[in-house]
Amino acid sequence: MRQLSADDIEALAVGAWILGAGGGGSPYHGLLNMRRLYREGTRISLMQPDELDDRDDVAVVSMMGAPLVILERLVDARLIARAVEAMQEHLGRRFRAVMAIEIGGGNGIQPLMAAAHLGIPVVDADAMGRAYPEAQMTSFAVANLAPAPLTSVDPRGTEAVITRAASWKWMERASRKLCTEFGSIAATCKAPRTGAEVKRWGIPGTTSQAIRLGQAVQSAHRRHDDPIAAILRTENGKRVFTGKVTAVERRTTEGFLRGRTTIQGLGADRDAAIDIEFQNEWLVVWRDGAPVASTPELICAIDNDTGEAIGTEMVRYGQRVTVIALPSPPIFLTPAGLAYVGPRAFGYNFDFRSVFDA
Amino acid sequence: MNRLGIDVGGTNTDATLVADGRVLYAIKVPTTEDVTSGIVAAMRAVLAQAAISVDAVMIGTTHFVNAVVQRRSLAPVAAMRIGLPATAALPPFTDWPDDLAAPVAGGCWLVQGGHDYDGRRFMPLDVAAVRAAAREMRARGLTQAAVTAMFSPLTQEDEAAVAAILRDEVPGISVTCSHLLGGIGLLERENAAVLNAAIIPLARETIGGFERAMQETGIAAPLYITQNDGTVAAASQAALFPVFSFASGPTNSMRGAAYLSRWQNAVVVDVGGTTTDFGHLQAGFPRQANTSVRVGGVRTLFRMPDVLSIGLGGGSLVDPETIAIGPHSVGYRLTEQALVFGGDRLTMTDVAVAAGLADIGERARVRHLSRDLVDAALARAAAMIEDHVDRMKTDAGDVVLIAVGGGAFLVPDHLAGVRDVVRLEHGGCANAVGAAIAQVSGEVDQVFQGLSRDAALSQARSIAERRAVEAGASADSLSIVEAEDIPIAYLPGDAIRVRVKVVGDIA
Repeated sequence: MRQLSADDIEALAVGAWILGAGGGGSPYHGLLNMRRLYREGTRISLMQPDELDDRDDVAVVSMMGAPLVILERLVDARLIARAVEAMQEHLGRRFRAVMAIEIGGGNGIQPLMAAAHLGIPVVDADAMGRAYPEAQMTSFAVANLAPAPLTSVDPRGTEAVITRAASWKWMERASRKLCTEFGSIAATCKAPRTGAEVKRWGIPGTTSQAIRLGQAVQSAHRRHDDPIAAILRTENGKRVFTGKVTAVERRTTEGFLRGRTTIQGLGADRDAAIDIEFQNEWLVVWRDGAPVASTPELICAIDNDTGEAIGTEMVRYGQRVTVIALPSPPIFLTPAGLAYVGPRAFGYNFDFRSVFDA
Repeated sequence: MNRLGIDVGGTNTDATLVADGRVLYAIKVPTTEDVTSGIVAAMRAVLAQAAISVDAVMIGTTHFVNAVVQRRSLAPVAAMRIGLPATAALPPFTDWPDDLAAPVAGGCWLVQGGHDYDGRRFMPLDVAAVRAAAREMRARGLTQAAVTAMFSPLTQEDEAAVAAILRDEVPGISVTCSHLLGGIGLLERENAAVLNAAIIPLARETIGGFERAMQETGIAAPLYITQNDGTVAAASQAALFPVFSFASGPTNSMRGAAYLSRWQNAVVVDVGGTTTDFGHLQAGFPRQANTSVRVGGVRTLFRMPDVLSIGLGGGSLVDPETIAIGPHSVGYRLTEQALVFGGDRLTMTDVAVAAGLADIGERARVRHLSRDLVDAALARAAAMIEDHVDRMKTDAGDVVLIAVGGGAFLVPDHLAGVRDVVRLEHGGCANAVGAAIAQVSGEVDQVFQGLSRDAALSQARSIAERRAVEAGASADSLSIVEAEDIPIAYLPGDAIRVRVKVVGDIA
C-alpha cells in the first residue's frame, strides 16, 4: 500500500489517456476533481491485489454514458461514491477497496474519486488494461464471473439495482436502458468482486502502469527528450509507423464512432502508407492489405510534436503521428479472451497475430 | 458606397478606403498606447488623400483579447451557474490561472435548474435562490454577471429567466448569457461568458474612443466592429459581446486576402513582424476551429477561426550560429534594432534585404552577411511555412497559397503542396481591407412547433433575412451561411430547434 501524491495523479491522467488507445473519454474532469480534493487534504492509498484477503469485497466502478452529456453534467466525485454506497446498502456489507473496470480514459480516474469520499484504498488493477467500446469486454466476462448485481445512480436521487442478469450481454442491455433514462449518463458500481477474484482475474498493476507512463512522458518533456521513445521504453512497446495523417473517415453507428484514417509515411517509412480502423478505440493497422497490428494489443497514435495521445474523434488531416503498439494483458491473448476482444469479436475475418512476433 | 476599414494591431494600425468595391487607399500608421489617437491619425491620413465622404466605418481590434492576455482593465464578474444538484464539484473559475481569476472572480453562485440533451427539464429552476443571489451581487456592488445553465445551447429558458431576475433585482447590472456565445461544453462556455462579462466595460470605453475619433475627424457614418466570423456588428451590439472580436485580426486578414485575390478556397499565410498566421479559406470565409481554444490560459469554446500561429516574422531574431529563427522578435523596434536600420540585431528582414527580396532600410548594412547564412535562414523560414501550410490543409491535394502581411516577402514562390503563390497589390493591408468589406449578418435560433421541417426552416430563414436587413444589409445580397435543425423529442407538436444565419453586403 502506498499513498498517491498529487503529481502521481497528474501523471495518471496523462497515462490513462494513452492507455485509452484512442478512446475512453478525456480524464480532464476527473483530474480537476482530484486536484480539488487533494487541495482540501484528501489522500488516496493504492494497494496491490495481493494485499487483499480472498474474502474481501471490492467495488468495481465506471461512468456509463455519452461523452457529450459529460461535457454539460460534468464529473462529480460524490456521484461515483454514491453508486458504491448504494451497492453497500444492497449487499449489507462494506467494501474493502475500489477498482476501475477500465483504466483507459476518464474511467481510469473514477475509482480515486470514489475512494476519496469513502475513505478506502484503490486496488492497483482493472479488467481491461486499456479502454474497450463495450462493457462486456472485460477479463471478468472472459472468466465467466457473475455479471450482477449492478447499481446505477443519478444525481437527482434516483437509484437502481439490477439484482440478476442472464448474461454479461443482458447486463449491458438493461444497464444501458437505465443510463439512457437518467439522461444518457449514470454512475455505476458493477458486480462486486472478491479479493480472490481480483487476484485471479483482475489485470494487475494497471494504475501504476498509467502513472509510470504519464511520468515517462512528463519527464521527457522536461528534458526536451522524445516522449514517444520514453513511452516505448517504459512499456516495452513497438514503433509501428511514423507519418502524416492524409485522410480520415468517421461515421456514428449504433452509438459507436467508427471509421478509418490513412497515414502516409515520413522519414524511414517514406513511400509507405497504413490505414487504421477504429470503433471508439483504434482496432487494426493495415499495411499493403494485411493487418500488421490489431486488438487486443493496444494501438496508440501519438502526436510527434507534443507527445500527446490522439483520440479517434480528434484525429485530423496533417497531424504528424507515430503509431505505436503496447502489449495486451495475457488474459486477452487466450482463446477465451480473443473470443471477447480479438479481431473476430469486432467482425474481422482474420486471426490475431501479435505485432511483437513480427 | 465608401467604406473605411481599420485594423488596429499590436504594432500597426492599418486603414483603407474601399469605394464601390475598389481599394482606393491603404495606409499604415503606428498603433498608439491609447488606441484612439492612432485611429485618428489613420483616419486623417486616409481623408487627406481625397475629399470623399465615408458611408460606413469598420474597425477590427485585438484590444479586447490583449486585455485578457495581459490581465488589465478586467472587471469582477458574478458567475452564476444553473445545474444543481449536478456540476457542483467543479464550480466557476475551476482551472483558471490564479493571476486571471484574481481580478475576474467576483463571486460564484450555483442554483438548481437546467435541462438535458433532449430538451427535458433537468431540475426546476430555483427562483428564490436566484433572487437571493441577486441581492448578494447588489450588496457587493457587482455590475457584470455571467449566467450559464446546463445544456443552454439547446434550451435557453433558464438563462433567459435568470437574466431577467438579475436585471430586475440589480440596477445597472449587465448580464452575459452563455448560450449566446458557445456550444456544448459547460465549463468552456461558462469561461467564455465570464471573460466576455469581464471585458464589457473595456469594450464600451474602447468603442466610445472609436466614436470620439470619428467625431474628431468629422466622419458622420455608422460604426461597425468586425467579428471572429468575418461579419460586422453594430458598435452598440459589439460592446455587449467583445469575445466575438477576439480573433477578428486573423479573420480580417483572411477575408481581405479572399477579396483582393478573388480566391474563395485557399490557404492564407499572413507574415507579420513577430508571428505568421496560417488559415484556411472555405467559400471566402475562414474555416472555424472545432476544438476548445485557450485564451489567456483559460479553456473556452466559441466560434473562432482555425488559425495556426508560429514565431516567424520580419522582426524575428536569427541566430547566426545555429540559424534558429524566432520566436523572439524585435517587434515594433525593428526600425531601431535591425541591421538595415543601423541596429545590432540580425532579423529576418535583414536576411531578406541581403537576399534582395525586400528593399527596407539600407542594404549596405547587410552586405557583410555570408551567402550561406542568408540562404540557410531563408530555407529554414521556407520549411517552416511549407510545413504549416500542409497542416492547414484538409486533404492531400495542392492548394493556392495567398501570401499577405508586411513580411510576405519571406514566402518563396515555390513550395511543396502549393499550386500557386498569390501575392497582392495591397497585401500589406489585407486586414484593413477585410474589415472594410465585412458583411452584416442576421441570425435566428428558435424553437418552432406544429410546423413541418421545411416550413420551420423557411420561416427561420425569413426571420434571419429580416434581421440582416434591419442591421443594414441589402436585401438582394443575402445568402445563408449556416443552417441547422435539431428535433426536440420531448416537446409536444413536432418541436424543432432551428438555427439560421444569413449574411449580406452593407446596403
